[in-house]
Amino acid sequence: MKHDKIERSATLLLILSFLVVTVGGLVEIIPLFWLNNTIEKVKGMRPYTPLELAGRNIYIREGCYLCHSQMIRPFRDEVERYGHYSLAAESMYDHPFQWGSKRTGPDLARVGGKYSDQWHVQHLIDPRAVVPESVMPGYPFLAQNELKFDDIADHLRTNAALGVPYDEDMIKNAKADLIAQATGENTEGLIKRYGKERWGSATEVKARDFGLNGKEKITEMDALVAYLQMLGTLVDFKTFDVKNVENLR
Amino acid sequence: MSLTMRWLQMGLLGLGAVLALFMAANAKDALYQFHAWIFFAAAVLALFFMARNTMSGSYLQEKDTEYMDKVVKYGIVATMFWGVVGFAVGVYVASELAFPWLNWDFPLTNFGRLRPVHTSAVIFAFGGNALIATSFYVVQRTNRARLAFGNLAWFVFWGYQLFIVLAATSYVLGGSQSREYAEPEWYIDVWLTIVWVAYFLVFFGTLVKRNVSHIYVANWFYLSFIVTIAMLHLGNNLALPVSFFGTKSYSLLSGAPDAITQWWYGHNAVGFFLTAGFLGMMYYFIPKQAERPVYSYRLSIVHFWALIFTYIWAGPHHLHYTALPDWVQTLGMVMSVILWMPSWGGMINGLMTLSGAWDKLRTDPILRMLVIAVAFYGMSTFEGPMMSIKSVNALSHFTDWTVGHVHSGALGWVGMITMGSMYFLIARMFSPTGRLYSYTLVSWHFWLATLGIVLYAASMWVSGIMQGLMWREYDDQGFLVYSFVETVEAMHPYYVIRALGGGLYLLGGIIMAYNFYMSAKGRVRAGEAELAPATAQA
Repeated sequence: MKHDKIERSATLLLILSFLVVTVGGLVEIIPLFWLNNTIEKVKGMRPYTPLELAGRNIYIREGCYLCHSQMIRPFRDEVERYGHYSLAAESMYDHPFQWGSKRTGPDLARVGGKYSDQWHVQHLIDPRAVVPESVMPGYPFLAQNELKFDDIADHLRTNAALGVPYDEDMIKNAKADLIAQATGENTEGLIKRYGKERWGSATEVKARDFGLNGKEKITEMDALVAYLQMLGTLVDFKTFDVKNVENLR
Repeated sequence: MSLTMRWLQMGLLGLGAVLALFMAANAKDALYQFHAWIFFAAAVLALFFMARNTMSGSYLQEKDTEYMDKVVKYGIVATMFWGVVGFAVGVYVASELAFPWLNWDFPLTNFGRLRPVHTSAVIFAFGGNALIATSFYVVQRTNRARLAFGNLAWFVFWGYQLFIVLAATSYVLGGSQSREYAEPEWYIDVWLTIVWVAYFLVFFGTLVKRNVSHIYVANWFYLSFIVTIAMLHLGNNLALPVSFFGTKSYSLLSGAPDAITQWWYGHNAVGFFLTAGFLGMMYYFIPKQAERPVYSYRLSIVHFWALIFTYIWAGPHHLHYTALPDWVQTLGMVMSVILWMPSWGGMINGLMTLSGAWDKLRTDPILRMLVIAVAFYGMSTFEGPMMSIKSVNALSHFTDWTVGHVHSGALGWVGMITMGSMYFLIARMFSPTGRLYSYTLVSWHFWLATLGIVLYAASMWVSGIMQGLMWREYDDQGFLVYSFVETVEAMHPYYVIRALGGGLYLLGGIIMAYNFYMSAKGRVRAGEAELAPATAQA
């Protein structure tokens, strides 16, 4: 039998088994880098502001993705519960993606603007104070921890190197933009760089004391709530035409 | 091994210590600095022990004609230790879902940080140590050769423990890439790559210098597991660190391509880490314990190649109905269904090996454990393809059904085959009497674990299917019947039952640890002397 040959040679066994396991990945992954529907651009998508990016990193650090998806499937009940189904373009600047794999809690892909800042802060500090049946852990420490953002420009630069459209102006002003957004003061530069005017987003960049713990203090709560409040709010689905051939890919 | 070589190795360790100091001195965040100090301590400790052995010349006593078994024994102890730790953390996080006050509103004990500790502890610490230890044991005996490259096997063992410590401390202190089952940040990934290359060299080197003409089937599976995990690990962890002196990195890919890469990795962590590697275990320990040859040589060839080819394609079934292109989802589904066949090929080959020895199931609790593992393997490799069908997945995805499916595979297949193999090895390698302290306790372990899995899987089926149906239920007027939180409330009794099932499984693990300890001391439980199990004769 021919297989005998393979069993007698460790090198042959190694090479053949390696070749066999590469095929599937090559066929399924590589084409995605060129296919239009995974890399298409949709009007309104902008990079995260420095504060939102910092908030997103806290979302990742605390393992929120283990219980909350950010991926609305095209089913009647999901669209009614959470909003328009998720587009690939909506996570195009997500390094890494946060689609999730389990919904112990609800999907968050379009949670932005659905609740007040007050609600989010209360809910994060003590979930059962607002939703008695919730099984979510409390995160009171987020309101205490001051946000570390001395190196936020480096974070933008790293993302820029990976293809996120942060320009020099955005990187240079990262720290100032973060402070402006968390305090709601001196926001002209922030709006100019991340605003609707420039990117055509459905909603304007919001700037205020998200964490409701005073403007002089920028906490992790400020950053996380700022992130949650912008989730899924960029693409305008009143003008996004699903039936347009361009969007049917 | 020559003295020069040992000096060279000590030089490398010294260099490592200096590098770690340099990292600690320039660290930009506390976690990175803490890890740099762990690296430093590990290098210094290793240097100290190497120097001591070199001075005393104790390394000269190891003969190249003997099997290198001490590293296997260390691996068995590590498997047992991390197993109990991993199960315990699992029971704890399961209890957090049933009783959320257990989170204590404290960062280190929150579900989001402890869950990766549980998954990594059971998959990589418990499963990984079991794979490394058994592969070292099996590759030596089936090839009649001592492990290759001298003390490199020791580097693999200790390097891997270091990886586990770094990963676990990283999660609770807030360092995570958020890639499921690949959460460790970039520098821990680099470290694991080094250890894994060493592991490959030891295993492959031993195959090359074998003293038999044919490579036994168990080794095919171990080899494909080592090679594929290397490929997946490198492919899925491509990331750019913000600073080489800081923890945080950003993944190379984003959005849909990032998602498919993660699940290409994620599904094949199951396929190769938790399946192919453990099939290697099955192909050695079941024939040994049953004292029967493998049922079909031809079947082992066919299902080996079919399994490793097909598994890689199955990843997209984790992303059904998402923003991933439809054709990839459908392709993933089709290949997942096809995968049912090679999986059952392995099951049939394992079970039928008992032909002519089925009666041993009555008297040998170790064999019973190994066999029920294969039965659970068959069950979960049927359930998996079924759940990968898009219309079934529409219901099951995002629910506890997935969690239940994973655990019937992990607790039933991976856990049971490992524990059966561990009992086999303990009797031979640790016990001065050549038998276990108690076979009655093995039976207790078997039934506690089996009952635990039944409670776990059944409660998750019910809660998962129920939640999936509640999410999509409409009333006569066309309104959604349930708010999300009502479905959460409905989960509570099932979360309690699940935690209870996990508790039983943990109890079984503790009984095993006790049995291990007493066996190693050479004790025989009162009234069991007349039990003459197969292991005692070997």
